[in-house]
Amino acid sequence: MARIWQVLTSGMSKYIIVRLLQIVLVLYLYMTLVFIILEAQPGDITDIYVGNPKITPEAREAIIKQLGLDKPLHERYLNYLKNFVTGHLGCSFKWGNIREVPDPVCREQRPTWDLIKERLPRTVLLFLTYTIISFYIGFFLGKLIAWRRGAIIEYFSTVVGVVLFTVFTPWFALLLVWIFAVNLGIVPIGGFINPDNWRVVERVGTVSRDMGVSLSNVVFNYILMWLGGLTLVWGVIYLVSQRFPYAWQRRVARWGSVCIGLLAMGAFFGGAWPGSADQAVIASETRFNFFLWQLEFPAGTIPLFPLALDFVQHMILPILTLTLISFAGTMLLMRNTMLETMREDYVMAAKAKGLPDQVVRDKHAARNALLPVVTSLIFAIAFSVDGGVFTETIFSWPGMGKLLLESAIEQDYPVAIGTLVFTGIFALVAHLIADILYAFLDPRIRYD
Amino acid sequence: MQRARVTFEPTQALWRVRLQLLWRGLKSTWAMFAESKIGLTGLGIIIFFILLWMLWPIYPWLMERLAWTPEELEAARNAPYGAISSIYQVYDPVTGYDPLIPLEENREGNILPPSRRHPLGTDQYGRDILAQLMASTGSEFTLGVLAALITVFIGTCIGAITAYYGGFVDTFFMRLADVFILFPLVSFLIVLGSMMELTLLKLALILGILFGFGQITIILKSQALAIKVKPYIEAAKVAGGGHFHVIFRHIIPNMLPLSFLYMMFNVTSAIFSEAALSFFGLLPGARTTWGIMIDSAHSGGYILGGRSFEYWWLWVPPGVAITLLCSAFYLVGRGLDEVVNPRLRKR
Repeated sequence: MARIWQVLTSGMSKYIIVRLLQIVLVLYLYMTLVFIILEAQPGDITDIYVGNPKITPEAREAIIKQLGLDKPLHERYLNYLKNFVTGHLGCSFKWGNIREVPDPVCREQRPTWDLIKERLPRTVLLFLTYTIISFYIGFFLGKLIAWRRGAIIEYFSTVVGVVLFTVFTPWFALLLVWIFAVNLGIVPIGGFINPDNWRVVERVGTVSRDMGVSLSNVVFNYILMWLGGLTLVWGVIYLVSQRFPYAWQRRVARWGSVCIGLLAMGAFFGGAWPGSADQAVIASETRFNFFLWQLEFPAGTIPLFPLALDFVQHMILPILTLTLISFAGTMLLMRNTMLETMREDYVMAAKAKGLPDQVVRDKHAARNALLPVVTSLIFAIAFSVDGGVFTETIFSWPGMGKLLLESAIEQDYPVAIGTLVFTGIFALVAHLIADILYAFLDPRIRYD
Repeated sequence: MQRARVTFEPTQALWRVRLQLLWRGLKSTWAMFAESKIGLTGLGIIIFFILLWMLWPIYPWLMERLAWTPEELEAARNAPYGAISSIYQVYDPVTGYDPLIPLEENREGNILPPSRRHPLGTDQYGRDILAQLMASTGSEFTLGVLAALITVFIGTCIGAITAYYGGFVDTFFMRLADVFILFPLVSFLIVLGSMMELTLLKLALILGILFGFGQITIILKSQALAIKVKPYIEAAKVAGGGHFHVIFRHIIPNMLPLSFLYMMFNVTSAIFSEAALSFFGLLPGARTTWGIMIDSAHSGGYILGGRSFEYWWLWVPPGVAITLLCSAFYLVGRGLDEVVNPRLRKR
């Protein structure tokens, strides 16, 4: 017992526990704040029926009673908290049930949690991909322009960076759609899938009825799981390989694992999957049209590769847009922190030792300028769901942001509020992970 | 013990000394600020937009003198549809309509390309684009600056108070800042906009409060902590200054440069949020804004339609205006950053 107590109250564990408790407190404050703001709205939900002659005052009373709006404030507040703790986020007003066995509470309506479960992976894949790409580019360019301060490249990239950083996102996205999709026609205008490519594959029978998902969700989640799994495995191999004594061993381990992982993923998606009797129903003609080539598959199989490619094709333009918009912020931040670390004594010492410029820049200055950039990376991931509203709407990418905007405009309040609270929870969890990561990277923090 | 009474005969009135000091401070700040081309560019763009805003009331008058011939005026007065009694009716940003549009050769619906009477053309309802652009400039400025002022006021006061008192006050406001930092602002505004009728003033207030309790409090608090340990604060306390006096006369004035800097960055985010909300049609309380202009072009199908770039004047000017104004405040902020933060100055 004493041993456990000692571990819990020392260094890292203590830090994590304290942060965890604080995060729970912050989450509680956030949910209370949302509740207060919602309660402060004038009128109630039945006000939308005021002009409707079919809804009598008695019917309105009944709706109020059914939704529990006649209960006292504290009871509603407790109910609200309880529902979020138990994971029941209410039933959508707009979306109908799609399962064979309907939800016991929502019956003919679709539960909000079901919608969020379907939409979240799409947002996560899109935004993780662009965040990683744009942060790498931003880090690289920021390092370069800080090092060559006063050169023409610094002036040029600062101007471009500021314009991209402050450009009006929806407008810029529309401009890119206009250039790449409407005029050049090399990518789809928007959307998630091309229905022409999916019509040949009917919905996977049992899966769609039981899980409330269609084949597109199954294929999409395969992609997400593979990418996530590969990243995780690669991260572990990277950490392990740091202990290898020779540089060539490290290189072989890192690049080898990347190649094997990509090959395995290709093998998984490349094969034509036999459709089992109750699962897949394949139409007679399996031909896929892509802008580059035509693909044909034997009848009775699920061709995963072209289906996966369909997603990739639709992701190119949103990722390009988001990367262009957001790498500038990282670049300017990296430039600023790099300018500060370049004044430190150890950089001067490294230069005085006669180390090559590139080594001083990459190993001494850039690594120490990395910490604020890592923080902003995590913040960017935390806010991806929030900031995704614009991009997802313009590219009609059916993720969380589009769900939120649609449900807000169509006054589907349970979904809107559920999505709003979930966005906050997502941000909080990302923040917690950031804190822990930060404490690992910088020992000064945990011994505060 | 009798207290020694120090009397001195001022050679100048106190207010003149203060004014001189302020003038000298401004001059040296300006000299440093003028060194950065970035900041000057931003200031130039802001001045351009202010001029645009000031020109707006006399724009119809100017057009009447410069662009309209007497025959056209006469024709507009006797037009079969939408006859005008004064030129101001043509250039109204919301209800304006040029009665000569049906007589034009190269038109589609009510859309006119840029021409003599309409330097930036008209939109699908026959309203002058430049008039809408000018009329919106004022509201964008008001909203951005008002939201930023509220933000900075809250941030500075709370930053100073938390740094001064510490303890429970500090913990409470820092945890509150955590909530506000992680607040999904866009989602929240969308949900709020669907529930209540947001006007520009309400939006400025909400944005100001949401930004004010967030990151800016933490940044300004760290600044206030550095000021709190300076000898002159100690001196002020020894001289018998109360808490209120020390906070508001000694700590806050020394935080103001940094507050001003963050105000610039906040103007950018406020204008951006407003434009985004009105782009999605969630700001019904606003008459006309740049975001609404893009939205009406988009929802009318003039951006992604078949012959999209033919109607560039519908959506390029407002988009460029938003981008320019946002980047102008950001650039001024960057220029001030080099004044306030000596480490960023050139070698």
